[in-house]
Parts: sequence; structure tokens; C-alpha cells
Amino acid sequence: MQVIFKKKSRAKNLTELKPGEAGVLDKLDLPEDDAQRLMELGFVPGHSVTRGLSAPGGDPRVFRVDGSEVALRRETASRLILR
Amino acid sequence: MGDCHGCPANSIATLPLPGPTTATRRHVVAIVGPPNSGKSTLFNRLTGLRQKVANFPGVTVEHRMGRVKLEQGRDVHVVDLPGVYSLTPRTEDERVTHDVLSGQMKGIPRPDAVLLILDSTNLSRHLVLAAPVLSLGLPTLVILNMADDLKSRGGELNVAELAMQLGSPVALVSAAKGIGLEKIFQFLSGATLGAAPKAPLIQLPVIQDIPKCRAWATHIGNQTGYHAPAPPLWTRRLDAFFLHAVGGPLVFLLVVVAVFQTIFNGARPLMDAVQTAIQASGQWIGHLLPNDALRSLVVDGIWKGVGSVVIFLPQILLLFLFIGILEDSGYLARAALIADRTMAKFGLQGKSFIPLLSAYACAVPAIMATRTIENKRDRIATILIAPFMTCSARLPVYILIIAAFIPDKRLLGPFLGLRAAAMLGLYILGFVAAILTARLLKSTVLKSTRSSFMLEMPPYRWPTARSLALRLVDRSKVFLYRAGTVILAVAIVIWVLSNLPLSHGKPPAIEHSIIARIGHFVEPVIKPLGFNWKIGIGLITSLAAREVIVGTLGTIYGIQDTGGQQGLQQALHQDLTMGGAIALLVFFAFAMQCMSTIAVVRRETGGWFWPAVQFAYMTGLAYICAFLANKIVSIWA
Repeated sequence: MQVIFKKKSRAKNLTELKPGEAGVLDKLDLPEDDAQRLMELGFVPGHSVTRGLSAPGGDPRVFRVDGSEVALRRETASRLILR
Repeated sequence: MGDCHGCPANSIATLPLPGPTTATRRHVVAIVGPPNSGKSTLFNRLTGLRQKVANFPGVTVEHRMGRVKLEQGRDVHVVDLPGVYSLTPRTEDERVTHDVLSGQMKGIPRPDAVLLILDSTNLSRHLVLAAPVLSLGLPTLVILNMADDLKSRGGELNVAELAMQLGSPVALVSAAKGIGLEKIFQFLSGATLGAAPKAPLIQLPVIQDIPKCRAWATHIGNQTGYHAPAPPLWTRRLDAFFLHAVGGPLVFLLVVVAVFQTIFNGARPLMDAVQTAIQASGQWIGHLLPNDALRSLVVDGIWKGVGSVVIFLPQILLLFLFIGILEDSGYLARAALIADRTMAKFGLQGKSFIPLLSAYACAVPAIMATRTIENKRDRIATILIAPFMTCSARLPVYILIIAAFIPDKRLLGPFLGLRAAAMLGLYILGFVAAILTARLLKSTVLKSTRSSFMLEMPPYRWPTARSLALRLVDRSKVFLYRAGTVILAVAIVIWVLSNLPLSHGKPPAIEHSIIARIGHFVEPVIKPLGFNWKIGIGLITSLAAREVIVGTLGTIYGIQDTGGQQGLQQALHQDLTMGGAIALLVFFAFAMQCMSTIAVVRRETGGWFWPAVQFAYMTGLAYICAFLANKIVSIWA
């Protein structure tokens, strides 16, 4: 029981989205400069992010956000937390 | 300069006044917009061939200046600023844009007006930039580009309402197709008269906060009936193929092979044609000149020396045509995505792939192309390894030495000859040196976090012939300028040094010339590599540019005995050992024998530190490896 509870309480991040699945961005757990740049590209908290295709091998992955498509590495995507 | 006289007080803050004083003043209009908004396409549309590349004093960011011809013979100067998402001066691009727009950039007056170009298919996100730009208070025309895409994908927008809300005129255009440009020319005619902007109806948000600006943009979008277009269907379909787990890498490989095939085989007939033209024109000029000494200078010195470099023009242009098509079509971003995982293994990233591929043509444009890499450490690492890639200037040296020393034998049936294998080996050698150096740099002085990679995937588009042609014209200018200055000067200096001192009023035999003395002077240093004094002279002159050594050796041996490329190969074969020849190839694979590259690295890294480190490292490596190659081959052969 406890294990399930723990799993549920932990926030999802972008890497956990399945292809075509969407989520709402909550926060960017990244250094100020990287976070700013990502927000300029459309990763603004409150906006919806959809997982698109990926490079062969699965990394980096393309995300559809705010009318454009942006590729991020796994390390970066895992720091973008969903609601 | 006319405007400085007598009006220093009011020229700082106010807009130019209508009247005779403004007619003589140089009017400057800045083009501002986010990356991928079609800024360059618009700039090319407006200026055509009336443009040049320039640098701001003290910064590494390049900008283009151009003239737009208006009616009544008036001109407006437009400056194409770097693509930015905001005016917060964090990166150098943003700082330059901010400084130019606020009149703080030395060497350029504060713009009289702004052309703000935004992608209409992505308006909500791009409008974020409108807030800081409009709050500058300059007359601004908001240009919504990609109107054709917006329409075909079912997007909608009330242009008049948007103009009302923003308090600035709005033009819906397609820069690529040349639709709707009249409104821009109208604005430019009016802007030079200094119409003050109206205050926006909608309050501008507090700048420097992206979520707030984004909310403001959404609000404006709602007020003006903006319906975002449907996602680009063809882009999705093409991506399903180009990013396919199997098809993707296959296409990628095919593209790389096609680029190489073009450089080596496709360019051949064109290069032969250029060579024939140079030889024929040289002979023709030779007949016209009466004097022996003058004929020798012009034909043997200048024509041969400069000609040996101009021959590469077709090859370089073909490569830039390729890169232009890849970039304008949008495939280059996909290539960067596919290459990222492999590049990450060497501590680099996908965006380094494009510059490194360009470096196979020439390190100079490759180093300029590193500007797309935001991460400073990744960018410097890419700059430092780019000259290891086998650039086309090395080719004539490789071709000459390989043809002279490597027998023309088959290695793998009809597929691979020994000479081709040697050539391939040299390419691999440079590549291996590059990746080992990258690993060394990225694990020591240029360590960076892996989290900084982000790459926007633009929709696929047809490249336009116009923009490709302008790119090629621009590259030819840069290349021929170099041939006409640096390489011309080197050719003349070598000719003079090899024809002095005069003995009995005649030029000396090459062994007694000044250049021979210089060659003999450096001989002890290069002797361990298996080089003689003639190669020594070639190494010195090739500091200007690698390919110059072929011309120099031609001059040196050509003075001894006449004969073309064949003669030079035979002369070298008699004059060098096998060890020395292989050592020479290895030396050229590693050494940074190129003044233009040193200059561009200095400019791009903002000082002499990195070019000095790079030069010392590459030359040191070249010397050690050439020494080892000479010793090993001498034992074995």
C-alpha cells in the first residue's frame, strides 16, 4: 500500500509521457539561464506539453509545446515537472 | 557625418524631424525577430545584392547591413540583427540587439524605426517579443510572416484589430513568396519622415518576465480573433520518416555520403574547367607581356599562385549549396537531433554536427556556424576541433603527394584503390584527432552540464532559389576576396624572394635565392621529419593557407625545370623519401596552417588566448606525429 501511495505522490516529469500523451507543465527544476531559455521556447508553467517523436535510440525526444516542436535530452526533460 | 554638425543636443533622444535636415541623414531601420521567423529571407527580399556582412566593434556577433531602394531614388539602410526571443541582455546576441535598439552600440546610430518580424503560424509565442520591442517607443512595423502557411493550414487573424491593439501598423506577408511586401516599402518611406508611434491600446506588460508576457500575448490573440493554424501535416508525415528508427539513420547516412560524393566527384569537371581557364588565360596574358621579368611575375608568380586557390571555388560553392538546401529545408535540425547521441559520447552535442560537417569544406564558415550553439563551452570546444576536419584546402596537398608516392593499385577489387584508401585514411586521421581532442577538452577545461541542449524543430519548407543564390554569391565574395588579398600577396612575396638577389642583372638559380636561404635556415628543425629546405619554404608559405604550398613548390621546382603537375610529382618523387612524404601528409592533417582560421577564431572567441592555444596544440601534435610517421615508415620501407 505504502509503495503505491509513494508512487502516486511523486510528481511526473516529461520523460514519463508516452508518445502522443500530453501533460501540463508545473515547474522547471533547472538553473535560471536554462529555465529562461526553455520558457522562451514555450515551456511556460501552465502550458500543455505533448510528447512527439524521438531520435533513433529514444534520446533526445521532441516535445510539442505552444505551437512549436523542441527537442530535449533526457537529463533536461526529467527536470521539467508536470502537474 | 553631416548630421553631427550643429545638432548634438537633439540628435540623441528625438526622432528625426521632417524637413531638409533629414533628407541628407542616413536612415537606419533595424530588423528584429525570433530565430526561425524568416528574418534573413525578408532581409534578402528587401536588399537583394545590396548587402554586406559586418561586425560590431568589440563583440563577436556578426550582422548584415543592406540598402533598400525606395521611390524617388531615396535609400534606407537596414540592419539585420541576431535572432532573439527577448531583449533581456543575457546572451551576446540579446545584448547586441538590446544595445543597437537602445542606441548604445558604438558605430551605429540608434535606428529610426524597427521592422519586427514574427511567425504568424506561431503568433502567441512570438508576440512575447513584441512587448519589449514596442516599449522602446520607436516607430515599429509588426510584420507577420508565413502568411501563406497560416492560410493553408486554416489559421485566422484580424490584422486591423491587431494594429489597433498594438498601436503600430501590422503587415501580413510571405517573405519567401514575396507577398504583401508593398506595405513594408510604404512603411519604410514613411518611417524616414519620422512618424511617432501611437501608444498601444493594450497596456504593455512588465518586461523581463516570460510567463506575464506570454499571458499578455494570449490576451492580445484573443482580442484579435487569432486562431492558431492546424499543426503542419506534411512536417509530421516527413518527420515520421526522417526520424524513423531505421529510415532516419539511413537517410542521414545517405545525405552525408551525397555531400561527400558531391565534393569529390561532382565538383571535378567544374574544377577542371576552372583550371583550364586559368592556364589558358595565363598563357594569353604571357603573350601580351613584352618583358621577361614581368611575364615571369604575372604568369609564374601571380597567375599560378592565385589560380591554385581559385580552383577550389566550385567545390566550396557546391558544399555551401548543399548546406544551404539542408538548412533552409529544415532537415539540418533533424540531422542535429539524430547526431546528438553520438556527439554526446565525445562530450559534444547535435548542434556541433553541422559546423563540423561544414569544416570539411572550410574551417572558416564552420567556425562562424558555431554561433547556433548557445552553450559557450560546447561552442569553444567545437571551434577548437573544427580545423582538424579535412578541409578542401588540404586536398591539393594530399592529391599531389598521394599521386607522387602512392602506387595506383587496387585494394578491394573495383571498389577501393590504394590511393583512395590513403585519402580516406587521412580523413579518418583528422576525424580521430578531432574527437580525441574534444574528449580531452570536455573532460578537463571545458566541462559542462549535459542539461543545456535544446533544439527547435522548424517545419519543413521548400528552399528558395533566391536565398540559395544570395548565399553562394556571399560565399564567393569572401573566398575570392581572400584569394585576391592574402594569397595574392604571398604569391608576389615568394616570387620576389625566389628571384633575388640579382646576379649580373639576372635572377639567380633557386639554390642561391633569398628564399633558399630561409629554407636552409629552417632545415635543421624539419630534418627529423624527413623534409628538405624546399618543403621548409612550402611550410612557411602555407601558413597563409594550406593550398599555397602546392603553388610554392610549383614555383620552386618550376624554376628548375618546366612542366606541369606531372613534372612536379616527378620532381617531388626524386627529392623526398617515402617516410618524408607520409610525414608531410600527417603534418598537413594536424597542423593549423591557415591565417584565415586563426583570424576567425580570434574574432569568434573574443581574444588571442584560444587561437594561441589552438595553434600551439595543433602544430605540436603535427610535429610529433610527423616525426613518428617518418621514423616508422623509414624502418618499414
